[in-house]
Amino acid sequence: MGGRYLGPVRGVVFFAILASLPSFNLAHWILNIAVFTLMYAVMSSAWNLVGGFAGYPSLGHAAFFGIGAYATALWFQHHSISSGYEPFQLLPLIGLLAALVGLPVAYISMRTRSDVFAIVTITLLFVTQTLAFNLRSLTHGAQGLSIAVAPFSAATFERPFYYTLLLLLALAMGISLGVMRSKFGLSLAAVRADEDKARGIGVRTFGVKLLSFSVSVGLTAMVGGVWAYYEGFIYPQFAIDPLVTIAIVLMTFLGGRATLWGPVLGAFLLETAQQTLAYSLGGSQFYLVAYAMVFLLVMLLMPRGIVPSIQDGLRRRRRRATVDGTGSPEGRSRPPSAQDRTSATAMSTVKGHA
Amino acid sequence: MHALIQGIILGVLTAGVYALMASGQTLIFGIMKVVNLAQGAMVILAAYLSYQLFTTFGVDPLLSIPLTTVAMFFLGLAVEVLFLRPLRREDRSELSLLVTFAVALLLEGIMSVTWKTTIRSTNTSYANSSWTVFGYQITLVRLWAFMLSLAALAFLYLLLNRTRFGRAIRATVQNPESARLLGVEASRVSALGFGLGAATAAAAGSVYGLLYPFNSGSHYDLISRLLSIVLLGGLGSIGGAVVGALIVSTSSAIVASTLSPSWSEMTFFVILLLVLLIRPQGLFGTTARGAI
Repeated sequence: MGGRYLGPVRGVVFFAILASLPSFNLAHWILNIAVFTLMYAVMSSAWNLVGGFAGYPSLGHAAFFGIGAYATALWFQHHSISSGYEPFQLLPLIGLLAALVGLPVAYISMRTRSDVFAIVTITLLFVTQTLAFNLRSLTHGAQGLSIAVAPFSAATFERPFYYTLLLLLALAMGISLGVMRSKFGLSLAAVRADEDKARGIGVRTFGVKLLSFSVSVGLTAMVGGVWAYYEGFIYPQFAIDPLVTIAIVLMTFLGGRATLWGPVLGAFLLETAQQTLAYSLGGSQFYLVAYAMVFLLVMLLMPRGIVPSIQDGLRRRRRRATVDGTGSPEGRSRPPSAQDRTSATAMSTVKGHA
Repeated sequence: MHALIQGIILGVLTAGVYALMASGQTLIFGIMKVVNLAQGAMVILAAYLSYQLFTTFGVDPLLSIPLTTVAMFFLGLAVEVLFLRPLRREDRSELSLLVTFAVALLLEGIMSVTWKTTIRSTNTSYANSSWTVFGYQITLVRLWAFMLSLAALAFLYLLLNRTRFGRAIRATVQNPESARLLGVEASRVSALGFGLGAATAAAAGSVYGLLYPFNSGSHYDLISRLLSIVLLGGLGSIGGAVVGALIVSTSSAIVASTLSPSWSEMTFFVILLLVLLIRPQGLFGTTARGAI
């Protein structure tokens, strides 16, 4: 889009702004919102790897968020925190662990397709929650677990969490970008477009699905680990919460599935709005009603999300410009949508590779 | 042994109400290929309606069923027309999941605003009476609930098999294109079918409110059970939903009575995982044609 350097410039500016944000001496509640926004931005980007690129709408990601949270909490039941950075150092391990757990889960659940897959994953979420409640000797059940308070100074308490999450966001977006530019991403697009056809022309559909799920849940679990440390205590109903899943999915849908910036944009819009709503409406249940209404409106008015809608608009304008110059470029009356285009290109390119 | 048989009795008696909820859900899937994640919330809403009728007017929950089913029928109709119909065909199955989940959240929010989140239970005069047959306890409420669920299922069966509307539904389930060619109006069948699914949820909800204490958050619990049941039976098959409900409810009651109640939840999922490993389309599920 535009010049060759627009993409990298956009990325550098975005991360530069975010990295300098804490040095503006913002109030704690703003930084708190920023921390949560980054958490959801990472998780939405991670979800996008499976739900967006591969077209497998997992509703079970909150289970892995919980696994990450419990992994951190359990580790520091037996190990002490001295410098305060140990839980962050543990994160890669947690990510790896969750990615490994994700493999058999994906092996079972990805035998099914879109809507059944969603059901299987949401039941997985409830299984994990039941386990967290019931394995009392390990998780202390409904009593929850607490983690030692991080020994950071009160003035800059949020910063380590903020920067860790910013790193995770860079990682997640880097992976997304890598996926979009690789044969792996094309294979995922082919799976999304037509899995049987993709397998027919030699795409290793099962392998790429498994890998994308595994990476996706690994990232999600790392966010869970940061969250547990940030909160300092975890309860099963909050660590493994269907609303977390739904928020992630909604953000990705709002911003635009299978795009690099869509999930991040969705998270930034929704999480800030949600936190502000929660502050202003307090703990009242009207918040749930408002949330559901936003959800419904997004689904009905913008089913493809913000980023694809904008891209379509730009493309249409550009095409109109070329049409004026050279006459009709193609015989179709309707400009093909971004998804038609990517899947068609994916199909032909993957065929070329195979 | 005594605990085992008691568990089986309890399981079979509770299976009725789950069979009812699940058949509504599987019916909706059969007609529209939509997995209704709001089914649990609709059940709870109906339970609240019955509860309200009972506490303010003293109407027995079993008698308020006609009222709740009619009310929920129209609610289901409205949900279909307002939220599901506008979705585009190609991304319907994916989006409908999210839309019905949003409806579930909306209902949950409305219910918690209206009735708060305290746990309610309907205490009828016969709530605590029970019979003892050969040393096994059978509570009157559960027996009533079972009979009523059977009656509602029979009504649903007759509606589907003996009326023109039912024939249109079955035709749509079996082959939507041919049904359309033969003059079945798909959009009307979808709306009425969703309404019918909601009405079954309502009947089940009135019964559910008698059996269990509930609050607005109970629908998460219900929907996870319902999904396991319909997946186990095979999506779209009403017979499968009934068999699935029997298997799931009996086995979890057995686990509850012989091992521990807190693990009975897990039995649902263990069974589901086994089924998915061996037969991903469910016991009675077919991928090509509906199986009503």
